[in-house]
Amino acid sequence: MTDTDLVQNIPLTGIAEKVGARLNRRHAAERRFRAYGIASVGMAVVFLAVLLTSIIGKGYSAFYQHEVQISVALDPAVIDPDGKRDHHALAVADYRALVRTAMVSMFPEVADNRHERRELMDLVSEGAEELVRDKVLANPALIGTTQTLWVPVTANVDQLLKGHMSRDLSRGGQFSERQLGWIDSLTAHGLLKSHFNTWLWTQGDSRQPELAGLLGAIVGSFYSLVVTLLLSFPLGVATAIYLEEFAPQNRWTDLIEVNINNLAAVPSIVFGLLGLEMFLNVFHLPRSAPLVGGLALTLVSLPTIIIAARVALKAVPPWIREAALGLGASRWQMVVHHVLPLAMPGILTGTIIGMARAVGETAPLLMIGMVAFIVDVPASPLDPATALPVQVYLWAASPERAFVERTSAAIIVLLLFLGVMNAGAIYLRKKFERRW
Amino acid sequence: MQVLVLLLVLLILSIVGFRLGRGRAVRVAGPKPGTLHSLPDYYGYYVALWCGLPALALIALWLSLDTTLLQILVERALPAQTQALPASQLALVMNEVRNLARSGIFSQASSPAIAKAAIQFSNLQAISFASMAVLALSLGVAGGLLGLRIIHPKLRARNQVETVVKLFLIASSTMAIFTTIGIVLSLLFESLRFFSMIPITNFLFGLDWSPQMAMRADQVGSSGAFGAVPLFTGTLLISIIAMLVATPIGLMSAIYMAEYAHPKFRAVAKPLLEVLAGIPTVVYGFFAVLTVAPFLRELGAVLHIDIASESALATGVVMGIMIIPFISSLSDDVLTAVPDSLRQGAYGLGATRSETIKQVVMPAALPGIVGGLLLAVSRAIGETMIVVMAAGLSARLTANPFEAVTTVTVQIVTLLVGDQEFDSPKTLAAFALGLVLFVVTLALNVVALHVVRKYREKYD
Repeated sequence: MTDTDLVQNIPLTGIAEKVGARLNRRHAAERRFRAYGIASVGMAVVFLAVLLTSIIGKGYSAFYQHEVQISVALDPAVIDPDGKRDHHALAVADYRALVRTAMVSMFPEVADNRHERRELMDLVSEGAEELVRDKVLANPALIGTTQTLWVPVTANVDQLLKGHMSRDLSRGGQFSERQLGWIDSLTAHGLLKSHFNTWLWTQGDSRQPELAGLLGAIVGSFYSLVVTLLLSFPLGVATAIYLEEFAPQNRWTDLIEVNINNLAAVPSIVFGLLGLEMFLNVFHLPRSAPLVGGLALTLVSLPTIIIAARVALKAVPPWIREAALGLGASRWQMVVHHVLPLAMPGILTGTIIGMARAVGETAPLLMIGMVAFIVDVPASPLDPATALPVQVYLWAASPERAFVERTSAAIIVLLLFLGVMNAGAIYLRKKFERRW
Repeated sequence: MQVLVLLLVLLILSIVGFRLGRGRAVRVAGPKPGTLHSLPDYYGYYVALWCGLPALALIALWLSLDTTLLQILVERALPAQTQALPASQLALVMNEVRNLARSGIFSQASSPAIAKAAIQFSNLQAISFASMAVLALSLGVAGGLLGLRIIHPKLRARNQVETVVKLFLIASSTMAIFTTIGIVLSLLFESLRFFSMIPITNFLFGLDWSPQMAMRADQVGSSGAFGAVPLFTGTLLISIIAMLVATPIGLMSAIYMAEYAHPKFRAVAKPLLEVLAGIPTVVYGFFAVLTVAPFLRELGAVLHIDIASESALATGVVMGIMIIPFISSLSDDVLTAVPDSLRQGAYGLGATRSETIKQVVMPAALPGIVGGLLLAVSRAIGETMIVVMAAGLSARLTANPFEAVTTVTVQIVTLLVGDQEFDSPKTLAAFALGLVLFVVTLALNVVALHVVRKYREKYD
């Protein structure tokens, strides 16, 4: 068979169609592939949107809370029967009785029925007593007067009024017809209103959802972060300077580099185990303290800071160094006077990102015991405390419906902090970024 | 707190030393400042270092020995019968003594002897701190005076200060190595104690995990069961689900961003993915419990599949979402590193864009992408908060994604949160699990980093 035969055997008609059809198939494959790409990016963005909306949707309502207005008669016979105005006696007086009297005065029909009185008291939070007590302790001269003040209602009433709970007992409601009647009448008279939730910002943790606040966790996070920053910034920058500017290329520096890269990828819970064994068992530092939390978080954030600082130092062009050395600067003078100031924005950006990572880190803190139920706001880095993400974890494990709302609110606060930190990092990068 | 004040005083002392040293250098040089070897500031730093360093060294040494020595002294003073207790119980007693001394509320002591010991402990602590403060401050002053005396124009102050600083830099850079050593030592030490109670083969190959049985020695089955295989399979199951979710989405978004996307689209989409990466894992955990798990359970009810509320599926999906940005950013870097000449060559031969990507760019980028995926697997295995909140505690040996499984990290947290007894296998098991976790992730990281590095060198 010759070449001419071969050519003649192929029917010429239809080749164009076949090529065209094949081309169409290839182009269709191209379009499909591209669509997969867009779909993937879209899915990631949708996940982000669902996550944020589900949390904001559940959490925004925790920033306001319903309060009831009561007129408390500060009866000297109840608060201070001895009349000595003794601080200790004032602190332990029966303020619940005063609140009860105030509540009953609004609904006189329950005065004789013990059961109904208890039902009425179920509406108002224990925080009411604390408010009255604090008011009396701050100014004992008020005893004998009648004070009008807004006090929080219990979390269940709050949830009912926010529409998170059914009024129907058979569908998970918690209130009897009588109680619903009281709530409605208070609302109708303008005595039961929603206000900005100050408790969330001024209190530590509490078993009562309506009194639980984030201040303790925020302060705990703050102390841990200060410790982390004070340790990881100098250590990280010093390491980066040494590796970039001074270290000879040998096995020793290779080993250090491999170690840093590995530490960056070690699960954070392992740092928690290290913290538990070293800081608590060997050095006997106090359990649950932000100091130890800060030490553990230093280990977590150090690799991030070192890597970012090295990148920033590397970005400073070599002729800056050569010029400084040429004019007679020592190596150290060259670094401190010229290279470091130019690399500083990059280093600070990396530090902020490392800190942001530390803020959201939870697992190492669980290991060193920062998960206890702690009511008091810590006064120093040695006091037992929790941290913001740990508070999220603790509240998420609480069964009450109202804690779901508060957990989401805590997450919103946490994300806001992270957002501010990252925005700061972006601002630094944009403002001081230099192209050589 | 007291130590902080002491350090502050020392800092002020050093600043005074700096001023004095600088002034003395200028005076020594007299009318000809050019005769000084270094700039005057360096003489100031020189004196400041003499003030600060010896005192700091003393404080560090003192603090590291202080607790141990005091403890020995207090232990000697305890009643003979308490001293005769086994080491672990004695440690508990000493723990109480320390806590009492820290809180200062001695009336809460469980016995008068302990209260006495606590008071003694806190007195000794006060004495020890006072003597340390006096010694450190006098050492600071003496050092400063010595430094001042040494100053003369020929002193090579700059070189000496720079040597000290360089030593500090070197010391800082060894932190990474010490951290690794610290991790290995602390995990290994407690794990070896664990393996002396539970044979290592039982731990690695046993199929039954129920550590809570080991709480009391007189209980039936007091040895507990420490077969970790169900934990390993559970971890693996969740990680596989996570990778099945994250790999296609992460990889395809990386391809789209690197090869197709308009710069403007990239400028919007990339930060959004980074936001996904910046969200703390505890938030993902809450999201899994609150939104994803109920959604999947209801979906299962519609499809007549029984999905547990703590199913491996829900946990794995959420973990996958967390890993998407990790994979996409690593793959993005790798894809953009592939030289453009390869693409141009393929286009020149008539390939479409997707053909170029599938047949030219991807094979070239494969090592780097595999490295990135390995890092992602290591991250999935070590992830803690999502699984602690969303996965269960039941150690089931199953491959069914609709059932609840538990993981290594969940068990570490469960075993260590709450009461810890460092003489019971229950607590020590957490360290053995931690060791396994560390070794596995370390191996994955070393291989992955090696592959990625090799790949980078190829195209640099």
